[in-house]
Amino acid sequence: MSQMSPVPQAAPAIAFRDVVKTWPHRGGAVAALDHVDLQVPRGGITGVIGRSGAGKSTLLRLVNGLERASSGQVEVLGRDVTAASGRGLRDLRRNVGMIFQHFNLLANRTVRGNVALPLEIAGTPRGRIGPRVDELIDLVGLGPLADRYPAQLSGGQKQRVGIARALATEPKVLLSDEATSALDPETTTSVLALLRNINRELGLTILLITHEMAVVRDICQHVAVIEAGKIVESGSTYDIFAAPTHEVTRSFLSGVTGAALPGFIARRIVPEGAGPAILRITFAGDSAAEPVLSRIGSQLGVDASILSGAIEEIDGRPFGNLTVEVPAADLSRVRDFLHARQLGTEVLGHVG
Amino acid sequence: MSANLAALIWEATLQTLYMVAVSGLIGTAIGLPLGVFLATSKRGELMSAPLANRILGLIVNAMRSIPFIILVVAIIPFTRAIAGTSIGTTAAIVPLTLAAAPFIARIVETAIRDVDGGLIEAARAMGANPGQIIRKVLLPEALPGIVLGLTLAMVSLIGYSAMVGAVGGEGLGDLGIRYGYQRFMPGVMLVVVVVLIVLVQAVQSTGEWIARRLDHRAAKDRGP
Repeated sequence: MSQMSPVPQAAPAIAFRDVVKTWPHRGGAVAALDHVDLQVPRGGITGVIGRSGAGKSTLLRLVNGLERASSGQVEVLGRDVTAASGRGLRDLRRNVGMIFQHFNLLANRTVRGNVALPLEIAGTPRGRIGPRVDELIDLVGLGPLADRYPAQLSGGQKQRVGIARALATEPKVLLSDEATSALDPETTTSVLALLRNINRELGLTILLITHEMAVVRDICQHVAVIEAGKIVESGSTYDIFAAPTHEVTRSFLSGVTGAALPGFIARRIVPEGAGPAILRITFAGDSAAEPVLSRIGSQLGVDASILSGAIEEIDGRPFGNLTVEVPAADLSRVRDFLHARQLGTEVLGHVG
Repeated sequence: MSANLAALIWEATLQTLYMVAVSGLIGTAIGLPLGVFLATSKRGELMSAPLANRILGLIVNAMRSIPFIILVVAIIPFTRAIAGTSIGTTAAIVPLTLAAAPFIARIVETAIRDVDGGLIEAARAMGANPGQIIRKVLLPEALPGIVLGLTLAMVSLIGYSAMVGAVGGEGLGDLGIRYGYQRFMPGVMLVVVVVLIVLVQAVQSTGEWIARRLDHRAAKDRGP
């Protein structure tokens, strides 16, 4: 397991236990969540990734009771959300902040007014709201814009207001519903950096849902992959990136790990054949820096040509991914050689 | 036009303003909460009460279906019970209010339904109770729309107020009919119409101005 990710403490911040959520549909029912078990460690950033309609949004909304589970149990900070209602549920929600893809800011309140809203709702004395709001606006770097209205802000600034608002009542858990999906890449990076700072400085547990593996790569220590209402794979981000086992995980990964094949190869690839094999090699940990390809050449006498590749850092550790073309006849020798060096391989197909 | 006639028109204008203002005020006092309820009480909504929603919706529709002139006559006993008399300017306020309230309720309902559902969800996630969501989110966000709707209601009331002459309601419309039509004084009719146009114009412009001031949805006043 990863040494860098924080050791999960005894009690997780959020625990889903055998959670089922069904929607009525034409007299029958469709399952949005199908027996989900998931634990979200305290103090970490956990990502749930899935396609649209996979059930990730429903999963997130169960945490603060915006949706109710059909069966099973959802526990947040040791309290059972599924059993809470009325005042108890509203108290619990003040300990769980939430940010949204479309920000959901009040158009007719200024930045200051928006950040003050959860405090007003919580019944914070008027005299204490002002200083707290200023503090939060500074925290997210929006000091000079405090009296602007949302329509006068950029998307990234709006999300910063959303974050300040979500932190107002000093929650222990922050839920992020595709918070960067409506933002451009550069803004996404800065909003993610803000989330990571908050996570570190305030010790806040963050559970986020996304359909972008880049978000998981950039800030999540833990990841769960959801497909058709089921968690198909979960674990530390590093392990999942290094050794994905499920098809859906692989397809999410292909966009972000330098593992995407160039189009001219991808169009010619066939599952079986006598043509050169397309092999993906994953490097984890220290081997990421090893000159493996030149050794294949010098020790096996095999020429492997590089098709694509990248080395990046995940959760503070190097992680590499290389796609090469090797003659079909040498494939098994090359794989044995690589496996002996603790490298992962996967045959993507053959050039037809 | 004689000074006498000018005084008549002035008096009639005040009567019209009185009827419209009072019925508009009471109509809003009834219509606003009713509209809030209609907008939030369907099944699964904030104050889910589907049966009450259906019944109130039916009553509101029924009230709005009755032609105003028929309403005026049909509720005379009710008017007498409320106002103590069934004729005169004050009595006219009763049918005007009854016409305005359901109209305003639908306007408020529409404005509230226009508020982005994401805002309700955000407020729920903050731990807001239904009352707080209505007071702090729905009404303030719907306010520009409500003000425009109330403007529309006031303009309609000015029109309706011209019909209450049928029960001795007086006001501009009544003056126009009695002098302009029955005594064949087209000049009076013309002046009445002009005063009505000015009134409607003033109400409309004021309403739009207020709504614009309240509405921050567009980036029109981008700062430095």
